Amino acid sequence: MIHTDVLIIGGGPSGLTAAKMTCEANLSTILIDRSHILGGQLTKQTHKFFGSKEQYAKQRGIDIATILQDNLQNFPHLTIMLESTVVGLYEDKVATILQRNEYKKISAKVIILATGASEKFLSFENNDLPQIMGAGALQTIVNLYQVIPGQSMVMIGSGNIGLIVSYQMMQAGIEVKAIVEANDCIGGYKVHASKLKRLGVDIKTRTTIKRAIGHEKLEAVELIQVDSDFKEIPGTSQIIETDILCVSVGLSPQHQLASMINAKTAFIPQLGGFVPLLNDQYMTSVEGVFACGDMVGIEEASSAMMEGYLTGLYATQYLNQPHPKCDNLIQHYQNQLYELRDGLFGHKTLIGIQKRKEKLTHAP
Amino acid sequence: MLHKTGVPTKEQVSSVFFDDHTLSEYKAIIECYEDIPCNPCVTSCPVKAISMGPTIHNQPKLNPDLCIGCSICVTSCPGLAIILAKVNDDKAFFKIAYEMNGVFEKDMIVSALNRSGEVIGEGRIISILNHPRQLKTQLIEVEVDRSLLHDFITIKEKIDG
Amino acid sequence: MSRILKHPIIDVKPRDKIRFIFEGVEIEGLEGDTIASALIAHGVTTMAYSIKKQRPRGFYCAIGNCASCEMTVNGHAHVRTCITPLEENMIVVREQTEGQKL
Repeated sequence: MIHTDVLIIGGGPSGLTAAKMTCEANLSTILIDRSHILGGQLTKQTHKFFGSKEQYAKQRGIDIATILQDNLQNFPHLTIMLESTVVGLYEDKVATILQRNEYKKISAKVIILATGASEKFLSFENNDLPQIMGAGALQTIVNLYQVIPGQSMVMIGSGNIGLIVSYQMMQAGIEVKAIVEANDCIGGYKVHASKLKRLGVDIKTRTTIKRAIGHEKLEAVELIQVDSDFKEIPGTSQIIETDILCVSVGLSPQHQLASMINAKTAFIPQLGGFVPLLNDQYMTSVEGVFACGDMVGIEEASSAMMEGYLTGLYATQYLNQPHPKCDNLIQHYQNQLYELRDGLFGHKTLIGIQKRKEKLTHAP
Repeated sequence: MLHKTGVPTKEQVSSVFFDDHTLSEYKAIIECYEDIPCNPCVTSCPVKAISMGPTIHNQPKLNPDLCIGCSICVTSCPGLAIILAKVNDDKAFFKIAYEMNGVFEKDMIVSALNRSGEVIGEGRIISILNHPRQLKTQLIEVEVDRSLLHDFITIKEKIDG
Repeated sequence: MSRILKHPIIDVKPRDKIRFIFEGVEIEGLEGDTIASALIAHGVTTMAYSIKKQRPRGFYCAIGNCASCEMTVNGHAHVRTCITPLEENMIVVREQTEGQKL
């Protein structure tokens, strides 16, 4: 059994920033990730970030991943375990890990869950054909591994991820034949859409996919227009040949480890799905088990980073070894989060966060 | 229109442009028509010509009297929503952020595109800047016919034929 | 299917080749590849077949979540090829239904 003060599960933006806080408080920290590299989704994000300077605005996501890892240099009490998947999680704060083919057990005083999110899927005929993939997956294979899986694509979904990934695929030389949106307006930031329109990309609103066409792999898609009830408008069918179909219809929090450790969860639509219920210090209903980032509510990497800092700080308080600048930093990062969420796009999140807190106090 | 197609209306574009006299020197034209949490343009401007009020969600506003046309905001904007523009009697000049695969050189003739991606004429490359702080976003200076002032937004390689 | 040779933002550097065997045929990937990325670069689109109807399954999530890309690697079944780094001389085959063949 390996013993540690803090076990952080997930090495994306929130896990990395949480680790910085616990390490700076001189707590022994193990940071694990199932991938062979740290950084989570940041490692594929070649675009410049929005937000403010604190959240690395105008820096590219790929560079922010490097910065966050550089911030973890020179901590003798930090252990990073890669290619490590949690296969069991116990309420007495023991995690069982498979690292490659080795089985390991870790006992921690505090666990921080930071497992992020995964992409939702869409039902349509032949949706299981090869070359149909999530937007994040296409972004990964192209930006991170520098592999081009096809010469053309259609994107379903015009939220920020659909728009950003479409732009990045144009940069990689993949022709985006259409971006398809079932609603009557574009979902993401209009500046993202404008960048694509300049490149001549067709953004079709009130349009969705009826079926994918192909045998061993995708060959074409059938698109249809829909009315305000999302019902097919007859006679609007259009077949587009394409190598790749990208599905970008939202993210779901990866709450599974919270459920495994018996933390209370609830379905909160404003946060993207099932999330663990949290108190104001990001602690779940299980003593000493915290959670942060996209797994507690779908937002952006900027918010995930701030939540990671806060959760790390609260964890140091919980262990009675508070970070040397604890109170100041908690105030600082709370202000950042407030600022990020204080607009139109943050409204829904704030409602979800309120529900997440209320349901904890009322949970049976 | 913008929320359905991603293309701003002529009125929206005119609302952020300035008169000919103001544009006798390079000024920033900021096409950020939505309240999003973002402020690198404000913090990057060395002469504080861009303001946003107390929250980072407001749309930025340029004070053209303070703007010195340095182009730092053009390559700082993560949405590529800012260009520099100036005019004389027969030509319009732009500095634009460019992040695609076209390979351009000084004096090259290129296709001029509008906000819908349509070719609306030709342009001539005046200069290309790749400063490290631009983080690989190129700053390309282009000359086009003056009539394209409110339509031109970007370039692509001219395909002969 | 191909590799990016030139990109306005991403640094494309030369990478060492890694030889491995896929379905009995020797092919190459590059340093930094996962098994899946090397296969996709090689033009492989079918990662597996569904159990009942033998429908082809492809690369889907890229983060080790969906199980669509699982293959048998060096005799170990259910390896998530999308998050497993490629190594020299790996023997990779699609999952099959006979345990004796592992």
